[in-house]
Amino acid sequence: MGSKQPARREFLKSGAALAGGLTLGAATPALGQSPAGSQSHDQHPAPAMIKEGHDQIAYGERSKHVTSVRIAHGGRPSPDSWGLTFHVAAPLQDSVGVITPSSLHYMGTTRGSFLPDIDPQEHQLMIHGLVDRPLTFTVADLKRLPSVTRLHFIECAGNRSSRRAKTVQDTHGMTSCAEWTGVLLSTLLRECGLKGSATWFVAEGSEEIKGASSMPIAKAMDDCIVAYGMNGEAVRPQQGFPVRLMVPGFEGIFHTKWLRRIKVVDRYYMNYNDYGHLDRDPKVAALDYQIGPKSVITFPSGSQQLPGKGFYEISGLAWSGGGAIKLVEVSTDGGKRWNKAEFKSTPQRMAHARFGYMWNWDGQPTEILSRCTDEIGQVQPSREQIAKYWNRPYDQTFSVPGLDNSIQPWRIASDGSVTNGFA
Amino acid sequence: MALLRALALVLIAGATALAQSAGYGVGRTPTAAEIRAWDIAIGPGGEELPPGKGTVREGAQVYRAKGCAGCHGPNGTSGKAPTLKANRGKDAETWSRGRILPVRAPHATIVWDYINRGMPLNREGTLTPDEVYALTAYLLFINEVIAEDDVMDEKTLPKVKMPIGDDYAKLPDWKPRTPRLKGYFHQPR
Repeated sequence: MGSKQPARREFLKSGAALAGGLTLGAATPALGQSPAGSQSHDQHPAPAMIKEGHDQIAYGERSKHVTSVRIAHGGRPSPDSWGLTFHVAAPLQDSVGVITPSSLHYMGTTRGSFLPDIDPQEHQLMIHGLVDRPLTFTVADLKRLPSVTRLHFIECAGNRSSRRAKTVQDTHGMTSCAEWTGVLLSTLLRECGLKGSATWFVAEGSEEIKGASSMPIAKAMDDCIVAYGMNGEAVRPQQGFPVRLMVPGFEGIFHTKWLRRIKVVDRYYMNYNDYGHLDRDPKVAALDYQIGPKSVITFPSGSQQLPGKGFYEISGLAWSGGGAIKLVEVSTDGGKRWNKAEFKSTPQRMAHARFGYMWNWDGQPTEILSRCTDEIGQVQPSREQIAKYWNRPYDQTFSVPGLDNSIQPWRIASDGSVTNGFA
Repeated sequence: MALLRALALVLIAGATALAQSAGYGVGRTPTAAEIRAWDIAIGPGGEELPPGKGTVREGAQVYRAKGCAGCHGPNGTSGKAPTLKANRGKDAETWSRGRILPVRAPHATIVWDYINRGMPLNREGTLTPDEVYALTAYLLFINEVIAEDDVMDEKTLPKVKMPIGDDYAKLPDWKPRTPRLKGYFHQPR
C-alpha cells in the first residue's frame, strides 16, 4: 500500500489545483506546500490509502482498524465438531445506536444447524391447515403484498449473565436489533382465510432439521412479520434468507428462519422445539415465553478500562417483549440512588432503545447498574429481588427461573478497570 | 362464494376491509399431494402419521445399521451427541430423569416427529416411516416406557402413555400488551 502513495499524492496535488482546499479539507492543508515525499516537514500527513479493489467498490467493508467480532457463546464452539453452528454472540461492548449490523447480529439455531444455501427463485412458503384457501407464496409473491418496516430485537432464551462471564458480549450478546421489512403474517392469513377453530400455528424452517415451533394465532394476527429485508438489504443467510418469521418480543427460537411453512391448527402442537421449553411450574412457563423488560450498560462494561476520573457518558441498551421501553434509570453508587437516563432516539415497540447518562467519576471504586420499565409497567428486577419473589436464598447457587431479565452490575475499581459485578 | 364473503365484509366493516380481506389474488393453491408431502408436523393426536410399523427389535437393528450409535453411543449413552437413555429407571420421578426426549416428551409422537425430521444428521429425511416407527419403539423401550413386544404404528404410537403424564405447565393464554406474569415486578397502578 505504501508504494502506491507517491502516485496518489501527485494526483491529490493536481486535484488540489483544480478544486482548491474544498475537496481536500482541513486534513491536508500543508500538502501543496511540501515537496512530494518530504513528510518530515508535513504537519498533517495524508493518511495511508485503502486499496480499493472491485470488491470494495461493489460491497464496502469496514475499516481494518475496527475489529469488533462475534464469538461462540456459552462454551460450545461454532462451527462445532459436526460443522453445526449453534450460538454466536454479538459484540455489544462496541455497539452504538440501536441497530446491530447484519454481519454482527447474534445467531442461534434449533439444535445446531447447517447454514442452508437457498435459491430465492425456488423458495416457497406454504400456508395450510385450518384455512379456507391454502396458499403457496414465492418470494416474489410476498414482495407484491403490502409491506411493513419495523425495528425489532431478537433475544435468545439462553441470554443470561453468570459469574464466569467477563464481557457484556458474554453476559448479554445473545440479543440484537435490526430493521426488518416484510409482509405482516396477518395479511397472509387473511389471504388464506382463517377458520373459526384456528387457535395456534406451527412455523417451520427449511434447514436440514426443519425446526418448528407452536405459537398463538393471537400473536400471528397482532404483529408477526414474514420478513425478507434486514437493515436495508435482503435478510442474511444466517438470519433466514430468503424469508424468516419475526415474532416480536417472543424468545428467539420462535423467529423461524428459512421459513417454508405455516400450519394453522386448533391446539398447542408440542413440536420438538416446544418440548425443549417444557417447564413444570406454570409461573416459570409464563416467564419463559415473552421476553421481560431488560437493560444493560454496554459502556463502561466488563473488561473495559476507564483511563481516569472525570466525565463519561454511560451508554446502554434496553428492550422488552411487552412493548416499548418507557423509562431507564442508572445508578452509579451500587443501587442506592437511581437517576433517569436519556433516550438517544424514540424507543420503539420490541426494539432496543439506546440510553445514556453523563457521569462524573470521582475515581473511587463503585458499581454501576441500569434498570428499565416498559410501556405496560413491567419493571426489570435485581437478582436479589427475584430470589425474594421465589422465596429462595440469594447465593451463588441461585438461578433466575424463566428468561433472565435481571439487572447487570458492573464493578469499577479505583484503577478504572471494569469487571462483572456477579463475579 | 369469495365474492359473497367480500360483499359481506364490505357491509360489516366498511370499505377499508375490502383491501385487507377480499384478497390480492397473490399466491398459488397447492395440491393436496403437495400439502401431504410437506406436512411433517405431527400433532399430539398423530393425525399426520403415515401408515407403517416397527418393533423394538427392528429398532435396535436400525439403530446400528443407520449409524446412530456412532454419535449417540452403542446403547444411547456415552456418545458425543445427546443421551437417549435416562440413567434412572421408570420408578424415578420423571423430571429427575433428565431432559431426554423419549422420557420427558408429553407425547410419543414428538419422538417420531423429531427422528423423522432431524435424523440422522446430514441424511435427514432418508429414513422410511417403518424405520422411524422402529427407532421410536426402541428408544421408548430402553427407557422403560413400552414393553419389548409392543409394536409402534400410526394407531398405537399416539396412545403410548408417556411417563410425564400431565405433570408439566400449560402455557399462559397469551394476549398482546399483557405482562408476562401477573404480579411479577410490575409498577403499582
